Amino acid sequence: MPFWFIKRLFGALLIVFAMTIIVFVGVSVIGNPADILVPPDADQVERLRIVTALGLDQPLWKQYLSFIGNALHGDLGTSFVFGEPALKVILQRMPATFELAFSALILAILFGIPLGLYAGLRPHGLLSRSIMAGSILGFSLPTFWVGLMMIMLFAVQLGWLPSGGRGETVDVLGVRWSFLTADGLRHLILPALNLALFKISLVIRLTRAGVREVMPQEYIKFARAKGLTERRIISVHVLKNILIPIITVIGLEFGSLIAFAVVTETIFAWPGMGKLIIDSINSLDRPMIVAYLVIIVIFFTTINLIVDFLYTVLDPRVRLESGG
Amino acid sequence: MTAVLEQTAGVAASSRRGAILSVRDLKTYFATPAGEVKAVDGLSFDLRAGQVLGLVGESGSGKSVTGFSIVRLIEPPGRIVGGEISFKGQELTGASLEEMRRLRGRHIAMIFQDPMMTLNPVLRIDTQMIEAIQAHERVPIAEARARARDALGKVGIPSPEERLKAYPHQFSGGMRQRVAIATALLNQPDLIIADEPTTALDVTIQAQILAEVQKLTRDTNTAVIWISHDLSVVSGMADEVAVMYAGRIVEAGPVAEVINAPRHPYTAGLIGSLPSRNRRGERLRQIHGMTPNLLDLPEGCAFRTRCDHADEACRREPGLFARHGHVHRCFHPCREDA
Ligand SMILES: Nc1ncnc2c1ncn2[C@@H]1O[C@H](COP(=O)(O)OP(=O)(O)OP(=O)(O)O)[C@@H](O)[C@H]1O
Ligand code: SF4
Ligand SMILES: [Mg+2]
Repeated sequence: MPFWFIKRLFGALLIVFAMTIIVFVGVSVIGNPADILVPPDADQVERLRIVTALGLDQPLWKQYLSFIGNALHGDLGTSFVFGEPALKVILQRMPATFELAFSALILAILFGIPLGLYAGLRPHGLLSRSIMAGSILGFSLPTFWVGLMMIMLFAVQLGWLPSGGRGETVDVLGVRWSFLTADGLRHLILPALNLALFKISLVIRLTRAGVREVMPQEYIKFARAKGLTERRIISVHVLKNILIPIITVIGLEFGSLIAFAVVTETIFAWPGMGKLIIDSINSLDRPMIVAYLVIIVIFFTTINLIVDFLYTVLDPRVRLESGG
Repeated sequence: MTAVLEQTAGVAASSRRGAILSVRDLKTYFATPAGEVKAVDGLSFDLRAGQVLGLVGESGSGKSVTGFSIVRLIEPPGRIVGGEISFKGQELTGASLEEMRRLRGRHIAMIFQDPMMTLNPVLRIDTQMIEAIQAHERVPIAEARARARDALGKVGIPSPEERLKAYPHQFSGGMRQRVAIATALLNQPDLIIADEPTTALDVTIQAQILAEVQKLTRDTNTAVIWISHDLSVVSGMADEVAVMYAGRIVEAGPVAEVINAPRHPYTAGLIGSLPSRNRRGERLRQIHGMTPNLLDLPEGCAFRTRCDHADEACRREPGLFARHGHVHRCFHPCREDA
């Protein structure tokens, strides 16, 4: 394993560690879970019993230390609400979120790159301008509003697609997937599109900017001087160059797709982690919130590492400079 | 004995018949917000198979635009607005995009000025060379690869087999230019347009590459247009030289004649500023004044504001005067003994 990778790995671990502190302190500021969990008619003795059972009587730093000690053994705490390990509850909901985020990612690539290519190659055409105007809408319209509009139009008015839930699922390796059944796929389309909208706009703009940057380069002119077809120039010489930043951003954005799935999942009643965290926040289920945030942080840092790695595979110059 | 020849750069009609490239009254203009830039404005010359033409002139005189016009790689806001380019009997100004694509790299190859920019940084050398072959011929990849390897060997790149797998950034500037030259040679073109291919390189490598290109093109009878702002580079290798000023040829002829007996004051100035031709201790003679603004050229002779010989006559536009295939565009040419 190259040295730079070990260095990054170490840095990533530090970030995760720092984040746990911030998350722990932050969550303890939100409110006292005892206020919600203890029934209002309970007496002082009962209240004390619950508070002690949840470990809320300890000073924060002691709570943190025991949290870290347990975390190192893979125990991120027990949900106040479900009475089960928080990690287990989250992992159960994770595939649904992954499915949604991956579908959105694929949509972003499938729509974003061709539209961006077109807009970049014919920057002054009417269609290109429309694409760019559309991408601005995609950026600026709030996800929840678009989601509601989609439900209104496609589910309520036209009745083409269902408005929520995962639909029929198939079990593969003990995990339920929607995209393997026709019904599940119909349930997936609207939320995936809703979640993808922002990313499609992003990929369009990135691709277009990349094309506009690469096209005037001397090596494109030289490729033409070699007598290459326009098709080869675009699909090899241009695309290979712009793919580097696009892959980077798409990869980095995968983490935010999962984080932003919160909104989409809530609107479309998609039973993933995002919906879970909203419910947990409402009930001040502290271990769930902490566990979720820690997992998200680990996600982000892992994705960063993978993207760094992919980057070196794609861009020969980076490979040399890092001595790998 | 002088005669005025309009629009023909003095090369006699007899030699025109043997020409593989014949450019007549070429005009390439750029529509800029400040006005129409006449980068090439009425250019004519001929080139025979195997002949090396040096195209010389200071920065902005229109050398590159001439080269790119021939292969029709002028990008907007530039446009060829007039003239004829006849290559092996085919008229290029009206050729279709696909016809041009088939010519480029196959029959007319180009080498660019800056080797650091001409190779795609994310593609391996073999990819970039093999595609240049396969764009024109159905050749199995192994065979194309072998040809690429041989071409690299020919231009003096050591262990070409391994170097094929390298990326451009693993080469020095000189080596990259060799790769570009090898790429240009791949399909044995009839004409190579080399746009200042050695300017970005240091002097010893310049000389090496110059010698190699000369040898390779002589062996295959390839015609070359060698573009340079440096008359001394061109004088060593070209058969003919054409001197450009503000989008026009102001003097053209066999290298020895132009160098030894320049007629146009501008050419004389260029030669005067070559260090090797000055007696020791004598100050380098320079062409005074600024390079011309193409949007604001003086009326009549474009060189008038910088010329020591200028007088009232020069307010009219000088035509081309020719004598024995040596042409110039000046009312008061330098005398041969000057
Ligand atoms: N894209 C463009 N837009 C506007 N004007 C241009 C453009 N390209 C070239 N020109 C004009 O054409 C003129 C000739 O340019 P050209 O590149 O042919 O010069 P050159 O003789 O090759 O000079 P150099 O030695 O610097 O390469 C320039 O003076 C410039 O004003
Ligand atoms: S025509 Fe006149 S101004 Fe132009 S170069 Fe000749 S002498 Fe000089
Ligand atoms: Mg140039």
